[in-house]
Amino acid sequence: MTPRTYLDHAATTPMLPAARERWLAVSEAVGNPSSLHASGRAARRVVEEARESIAADLEARPSAVVFTGGGTESDNLAIKGLYWARAQHRRGLAASRIEHHAVLDPVQWLEEHDGAVISWLPVDAEGRVDLAALDVALAGDSVGVASVMWANNEIGTVQPIEEIAERCRERGVWMHSDAVQALGQVPVSFSGSGVHALTVTAHKIGGPVGIGTLVIEPALTPTPLLHGGGQERSIRSGTLDAPGAAAFAVAVNAAVTGQAAHARDIAALRDRLVQGVLGVVPDAVLNGADGQGRLAGNAHFTFPGCEGDALLMLLDAAGIDCSTGSACSAGVPEPSHVLLALGVDARTARCSLRFSLGRTSTQEDVDHLIAVLPGVVDRARRAGGGRG
Amino acid sequence: MKVVVAMSGGVDSSVAAARMVDAGHEVTGIHLALSRRAASAGASRGCCTLDDARDARRVADILGIPFYVWDFSEAFERDVIDDFIAEYRAGRTPNPCLRCNERIKFSAVLDRAIGLGFDAVATGHYARVIPGADGLELHRAADPAKDQSYVLAVITQAQLEHALFPLGEDMKGDVRAEAQSRGLLVARKPDSTDICFIPDGDTAGFLRSRLGEAPGQIVDAETGAVLGSHDGAFGFTIGQRRGLDLGNRIGDGARRYVVDVDVAAARVTVGPPELLDVDRIEGVAPIWPGAPITADPVRVLAQVRAHGAPIPATARLHDGRLLVALDEPVRGLATGQTVVLFDGTRVVGSATIAATGRVAA
Repeated sequence: MTPRTYLDHAATTPMLPAARERWLAVSEAVGNPSSLHASGRAARRVVEEARESIAADLEARPSAVVFTGGGTESDNLAIKGLYWARAQHRRGLAASRIEHHAVLDPVQWLEEHDGAVISWLPVDAEGRVDLAALDVALAGDSVGVASVMWANNEIGTVQPIEEIAERCRERGVWMHSDAVQALGQVPVSFSGSGVHALTVTAHKIGGPVGIGTLVIEPALTPTPLLHGGGQERSIRSGTLDAPGAAAFAVAVNAAVTGQAAHARDIAALRDRLVQGVLGVVPDAVLNGADGQGRLAGNAHFTFPGCEGDALLMLLDAAGIDCSTGSACSAGVPEPSHVLLALGVDARTARCSLRFSLGRTSTQEDVDHLIAVLPGVVDRARRAGGGRG
Repeated sequence: MKVVVAMSGGVDSSVAAARMVDAGHEVTGIHLALSRRAASAGASRGCCTLDDARDARRVADILGIPFYVWDFSEAFERDVIDDFIAEYRAGRTPNPCLRCNERIKFSAVLDRAIGLGFDAVATGHYARVIPGADGLELHRAADPAKDQSYVLAVITQAQLEHALFPLGEDMKGDVRAEAQSRGLLVARKPDSTDICFIPDGDTAGFLRSRLGEAPGQIVDAETGAVLGSHDGAFGFTIGQRRGLDLGNRIGDGARRYVVDVDVAAARVTVGPPELLDVDRIEGVAPIWPGAPITADPVRVLAQVRAHGAPIPATARLHDGRLLVALDEPVRGLATGQTVVLFDGTRVVGSATIAATGRVAA
């Protein structure tokens, strides 16, 4: 394959060399962290050190860190597990309309299958949750669990998490936040934010795919999704992944300690990308918030008259990897629920493309995009913006 | 050339894609998402399910070509499924595969491909495109058992210029063997047979769910006597014999066939098979892959079913309508079906059957 210009770091980002080295080093040793012998104890030690490292970086107690298989599992554990844990008393769930499907779908599933009563929180035109609507939703004291993502995966809008968490605490509501996209780009503190539960995953910050954590107040006991060997305080059974945890800890540490510099660097590059795109496609529209209100690596555009998936295909052929925003395993693009929630109509919502920058992004990546984009947009327009 | 191959996930389009790559073209594989409902369908029927999309993607991986799913579900719903239902509601018997080729594969998909900078769309259909004196000609495939020129007869000359059928010279068995030797996992997949948006094959049930029940009478064509009842005339097709459930109300023991379907009156008329014989066909909305025929009568071979035998006939155009006089009658021809005219192996044109009649005794 010819060298690619990778502008899809929000989907996944290259592993940090240090994380990969750590993974390989730990993987050389045998030992199940749950085993009682010396090999098991050695593996357990690796896992616990990783747990402590991640807890310190996220400002949580080590016992709050529950390792999972990744972001989707953490979100499901938070939503279903916490809902079930208190459904006898509170059957209400509140969630923003722009949550990732890993939150959205379990919420809808609980509504359809388990009697949950949902309060969908609207967002403004830039994607920020309406706090007045949150107050209304929480007023009845029927909501048990609320979930608002720290930053949106499609348009990059950062939410006022502390304010939302404070309101939830005042009403006795357990607040979960999916910080999968936020970590490394904005400061993320578990204890500082006041949330009860926090989703983080390794592969978005230079760790391996297949491990994440739900950081959760130790006093809370979500009903487990996985029953078995009783690992992770019986909240998440399953053999602990020592190499994954160790590499994850390396990635979290790099993300947290390097956050300010990383955000500054990729924000500068992102701003040049945005200016460049708007320069060569003047009628393109930047979706989401400005400045501090958006993730440093995110640029999300609507290109009027172009189908997002036509743009994606043409850019792909030109050597550029990007995304229409929400990947779908079936490959059939639905108009983004995030853009619909912003008030964008379904037809326009199909005309969107996300470019996301990461640690390995360069000015050459941006230059390449700006060089090919006018021809690609022109071609996509000729192919028609409306399908059938 | 820059070629898009429509990859269903079946054997034929997989081999077609492989051959396009071998021929040195810049190939992109696409899988058409035609039905949103397919997402829940389980077993693969050779087209249109999630499994099929995955199979197509795996073939594209092996061939090393880019692969995308193109969503034409809205256009398919409107131009094929809604049309299918409307035709049945009107008492006609449509062929949705022809409609799909006409309005989706060689129209909407082709337009999109050309718009995006591709030169042609290739499919795994069995048919041949041959240069002739007056431009490209569409011909029957070399394999008579697999020939699909009938369902492709809705392609215009302009569309034909951008259509490639890499399997036209092949026998189906050879194509399967080639898939096997190329290491394509789809080599043993069964051919798709039924209507892709009715995966269980229960067309009557599908129509009932979309059109509702409309009970009425089954009457005898000769006596006018009421022989039975039905819960929806659209469930019947001219020429049908099975499923009439006339009990023992016919004393003569003679076979009865559906000879007329009047959906508006909810009346199904049955009669002896002789009433089904027709030798005059009037077709509307003709489509000409090559030079159109004119008011001057020409000798042709007429085919009225996907796998029917060609019948010698004389055809001419009158007021934009195609008039076909068959040399010998054909039995059980429903309106809404398509008559395709051939000159030897060459497809002359096609038209939707609007009326039929009987002249010769």
